[in-house]
Amino acid sequence: MNRVGGLTRRVAVIAAAAMVLAGCGKSGPKEEVLHIYNWSDYIDPAVVSDFTKETGIKVVYDTFDSQEVMETKLLTGGTGYDLVVPANNSVPRLIQAGVLQKLDKAQLSNFGNLWPDLMARMDPFDPGAQYAAPYMWGTIGIGYNVEAVKQRLPGMAIDSWDVVFRPENIAKLKDCGVYMLDASEDMFTVALAAQGKNPNSLVEADYAAATDMLLKIRPSVRKFHSSEYINALANGDICVAVGFSGDVFQAKARADEAGGKVKIDYVIPREGTQVYFDVFAIPADAPNPTAALKFMNYMLRPEVAAKASNYVQFANANEKALPHVDAEIRDNPNIYPTPEVFSRLFVATSKDPKLVREINRQWTRVVTGR
Amino acid sequence: MKTKRGERLAAIAPFLWLGVFFLFPFALVLKLSFSDQALAMPPYAPQIDWSAGLAGIRAFMSALDLETYARLKSDDLYLVAYLSSLRFAAIGTLLCLLVGYPIALGMARCAPNTRNILLLAVILPFWTSFLIRVYAWIAILKPEGLLNMGLEAIGLPGLSVLNTQAAVYVGLIYCYLPFMVLPIYAVLEKQDHSLLEAAADLGSPPWKSFWQVTVPLSLPGVTAGALLCFIPMVGEFVVPDLLGGVQTLMIGKTIWTEFFANRDWPSASAVAVVLLLTLVIPIVLYQRQQAKALEAGR
Repeated sequence: MNRVGGLTRRVAVIAAAAMVLAGCGKSGPKEEVLHIYNWSDYIDPAVVSDFTKETGIKVVYDTFDSQEVMETKLLTGGTGYDLVVPANNSVPRLIQAGVLQKLDKAQLSNFGNLWPDLMARMDPFDPGAQYAAPYMWGTIGIGYNVEAVKQRLPGMAIDSWDVVFRPENIAKLKDCGVYMLDASEDMFTVALAAQGKNPNSLVEADYAAATDMLLKIRPSVRKFHSSEYINALANGDICVAVGFSGDVFQAKARADEAGGKVKIDYVIPREGTQVYFDVFAIPADAPNPTAALKFMNYMLRPEVAAKASNYVQFANANEKALPHVDAEIRDNPNIYPTPEVFSRLFVATSKDPKLVREINRQWTRVVTGR
Repeated sequence: MKTKRGERLAAIAPFLWLGVFFLFPFALVLKLSFSDQALAMPPYAPQIDWSAGLAGIRAFMSALDLETYARLKSDDLYLVAYLSSLRFAAIGTLLCLLVGYPIALGMARCAPNTRNILLLAVILPFWTSFLIRVYAWIAILKPEGLLNMGLEAIGLPGLSVLNTQAAVYVGLIYCYLPFMVLPIYAVLEKQDHSLLEAAADLGSPPWKSFWQVTVPLSLPGVTAGALLCFIPMVGEFVVPDLLGGVQTLMIGKTIWTEFFANRDWPSASAVAVVLLLTLVIPIVLYQRQQAKALEAGR
């Protein structure tokens, strides 16, 4: 009796499960879903919800704060993402590994809105713009707590890499907290620029020399991390961060919202720095590339691109969007650099695996001292 | 007949578990460690060409090599990271023992009703996400955090704990303490109280009874607790990453760098294989020796 009872119960459970599964496949008109994988703190949520309102496509939005993690996931394959946002120097590797699919330009009527000057700089990474459409672009620079730094470095103009790369300067900032990006390739480009070397040097000795410089300032660095500094700057837990421009401006916005007790500013050092482009691209195995193209085309609309910029405080790559961008952002030379500043910016090239290994080995030496 | 088959199945189950969830993944990692890095998807070569049949497998086997292991030998970074991880885990385990033993002992000596409440208190933190608990420590230890606010309130100077080795130890002890407390408590709780009474009757002072009766009898629990803490601590990544500072070098981070920054899965696998062997071999030897000692004792 008992046995029979158990058996029927089991059958009932299986039947119920089967019904649920079958139901999933059939329920009404199929809901279209778009899976996006983007940098953390890098979009206005309203931009995404507007897209869903307009198209009925549901957006599942995931974030990363490390290019390495994103690239590794893509190289593994089968991520289920339809749209990803790598930076320029990652694009050639992804193209070569066959991770990305070519963009169907016929679906991208707004592609022509992109800024030709920027597209020219993007060309070495994605010749003919076949695989990627730039979203935002930014620089690596120094974010700092104005009062705290003024107190410790009185009378010093905060406009040079010397502030963070000279031991005698950074030592004075140690007590209020210094963060640097934990991004080996990016940090070496700016360290080399600070030393007046080719920021994309292919000479291993240059990296060793840059490592020597970084090792001298390392005792004054509290932490190497690529996203914690946004909150830490905003809360006043740290006073200096070598970080991404937009992230620092977000810290500034958060500090202002919190009552303005902490005043944050950002500077592009006069020795020059890296400019990077974050681009929309579609993985070769994307389940829904059509929706990805729709989203891309939507983001390429001047008003939408401007709205996105106004929220994340990054310059977008859309020339037609410029009139719609808040004057406060558009006229800030640290976000939209003047032609003079722009001439001092450089892009990071894609390096071969052997050099990447050497750079990462040197970076481990910088971070851990070993 | 039927029950016998059931028994046999029950005996096979652990081996099946071990095979599916340990040996098979380990074989995959081992294979990967003999491969080479490649700019492809997935980012390593060679791949087995199943369509070519036996020839494909032969071509695959001949392309495997020991290059990654040679690299581990040529750069002392890996050795230093191993030793540093072992030190973190050893000190962390010792601290867990120092904090955990008194807790377990206190719990075991309580009335049964109180015991259950205390047991719940030890397990309760598991109900929140591990990550959130570690983030909570950031809020406590940061310069403007709870710790320094408290110190300031009683007129003491603030400490800078976050992003130091001390913070890593705090995080390790906090996260792994239940793994130390529970096995020790399980042993102590079952201990026969009349043994201590007998020792007292024979004139042994309490501290002596503790060292000569309670501690030796609780050693199996201590060993289990120490292993449960030590092994995961060696490979710990989250705690040092969130709470540690610049000088915190651990093997988990080294594997991360190989895997993500260098995109060199074969090297990452080689580091993982060596880590596993350095952990498993001593433990197997230890258990074998224990088993021998047990037999000799009989």
